[in-house]
Amino acid sequence: MARRFSVQRQTGFATIAIICFFALYLPIVVLVFYAFNSADSLSSFQGLSLRWFARAFENRQVIDASIRSLQIAGVAATAATIAATMAAIATTRTEPYRGLTLKYAFINQPLMVPEIVTAVALLIFFARIKIWTGYNGLGYLIAAHTAFCVPFAYLPIRARLENMDSTLEKAAADLYATPWNAFRYVTLPLLWPGILAGFMLAFVISLDDVVITEFVKSAGQDTLPTYMLGQIRRTITPEMNAISALFLLLSICVVIVFFVVNRKRV
Amino acid sequence: MTQPGTIEAERSRDIRKRWLLSLPALLIVLLAATGPLLIVLLYSFLTPGPYGDVLWKPSPDGWIGVFLERDIFTETLSLADAHVSIFVRSVLLSLATTLVTLLFGFPTAYFIATRPERTRELWLLLITIPFWTNLLIRTFAVLQIIRNEGLINTLLMKFGLIERPIQMLFTDGAILTGMVYVYLPLMVLPVYANLEKLDFRLVEAAYDLYATPFRVLTKIIIPLAKPGLIAGSILVFIPALGAYVTPSILGGGKNLMLGNLIELQFGQGRNWPLGSALSITLMLIVTVALLVYVRNVGSQEKRHG
Repeated sequence: MARRFSVQRQTGFATIAIICFFALYLPIVVLVFYAFNSADSLSSFQGLSLRWFARAFENRQVIDASIRSLQIAGVAATAATIAATMAAIATTRTEPYRGLTLKYAFINQPLMVPEIVTAVALLIFFARIKIWTGYNGLGYLIAAHTAFCVPFAYLPIRARLENMDSTLEKAAADLYATPWNAFRYVTLPLLWPGILAGFMLAFVISLDDVVITEFVKSAGQDTLPTYMLGQIRRTITPEMNAISALFLLLSICVVIVFFVVNRKRV
Repeated sequence: MTQPGTIEAERSRDIRKRWLLSLPALLIVLLAATGPLLIVLLYSFLTPGPYGDVLWKPSPDGWIGVFLERDIFTETLSLADAHVSIFVRSVLLSLATTLVTLLFGFPTAYFIATRPERTRELWLLLITIPFWTNLLIRTFAVLQIIRNEGLINTLLMKFGLIERPIQMLFTDGAILTGMVYVYLPLMVLPVYANLEKLDFRLVEAAYDLYATPFRVLTKIIIPLAKPGLIAGSILVFIPALGAYVTPSILGGGKNLMLGNLIELQFGQGRNWPLGSALSITLMLIVTVALLVYVRNVGSQEKRHG
């Protein structure tokens, strides 16, 4: 039977798309599958077991690196989201003013520069500061992460603000609300999904970062990704698969929540 | 309190408030992203220190070293073949990555955009998940597929097609495969965003005028999707050119890209000025790519606007 003619149909496109989806997920599925391998190495699959997950949870370095990753991502994403929310309010729903384009350029600058260049720049800059101040803590990593998280937090918040009606705030002002109260009771609740989306993006971006962290970290400041990078360069055991599988699970959860939050339209 | 009637005063107060509000974001970006770039520029003109870092003595050697090398004995300059080949490899691999992601990403984006509204979200989610999952983990996943003991070689040997594993890891092909894999969602998403707005009445009109599906594709759909295709290409090309994780895992120690060359100067090489000069060079290439993008999309919008 002949297929019904559709103006949207292009021969072969669906096949290519299915191949793409298959190719995107196959390596991830294999990776997760081998995390349940009971064998000592990745060379053969000898049956299902949770031993590598147990091993990962007993590994002090993995636990420390995970906690450090979450700490940095939590602080950096919070700081970046607050700064980005303020900046988004300052750069939307206004007539163009002098310096507005400059602000856009500045806020989005971390997106334009290759990560390796930012990483090198921070390595040099922080090396100086370390000599001057003698401070060696997590502050450098948090500052670096906050900076590259700002544009990611900024974009969804700004998008949300641009679609928001400013008459509601004007109405609040007409009813003698102070600027702070108008913000607190009108703007903030409406903006909330955007802020949440921005925070989650920033959190995931910080959690995933390898390059900048690898250059900025001091000795003993491995995050989970830099720890994994170090391990992958040596010998690989299914323990790495187990860690990756857990990391993937976390990312997928965040993405799905992000998707759901973003879908709700005003 | 406020001066009534003076709209200008009101407006300048508003602008001052807006500057104050954006101050934290601007400061943190200036301090931990933009500012340090200027220091890189400065360092590229200094003398390397013996244990890394720099000596505060100006020297052009950092920049000379980008493409040239000085003979230790005769002090003559010649083309640094190693650096040139890394530059060429980086640019070619990034272009190839862009092209392959374009060839696969465009049909995929088109497929998603033409799904019924209810399933479209699901397909979109399926492309978004890899986009937000860790790049290192995805590279690691590719590594496990193309290793000598990986899925492809195991399957081929099981079916008796090959006797010994094909060496795929630590080749340029492995880097290309890995980069296509990790950057594909970066191509699909902007192209999809563009195709989603495509007016299919134009396609219908073309069919009414007896256009073949191929002509519809090349004369109607692709020209209309061009801004998305260019945006996707830029989004893939820029990170590919500066890629560090993917080539260092899949390319091994020999198949270096620019990112690895830069890292070497700050690690074993202990030549920070050269590393700085290489970083600035990378940034210049990226800037040129961005300018091409702005020019193309700018003129595109004018034509349709």
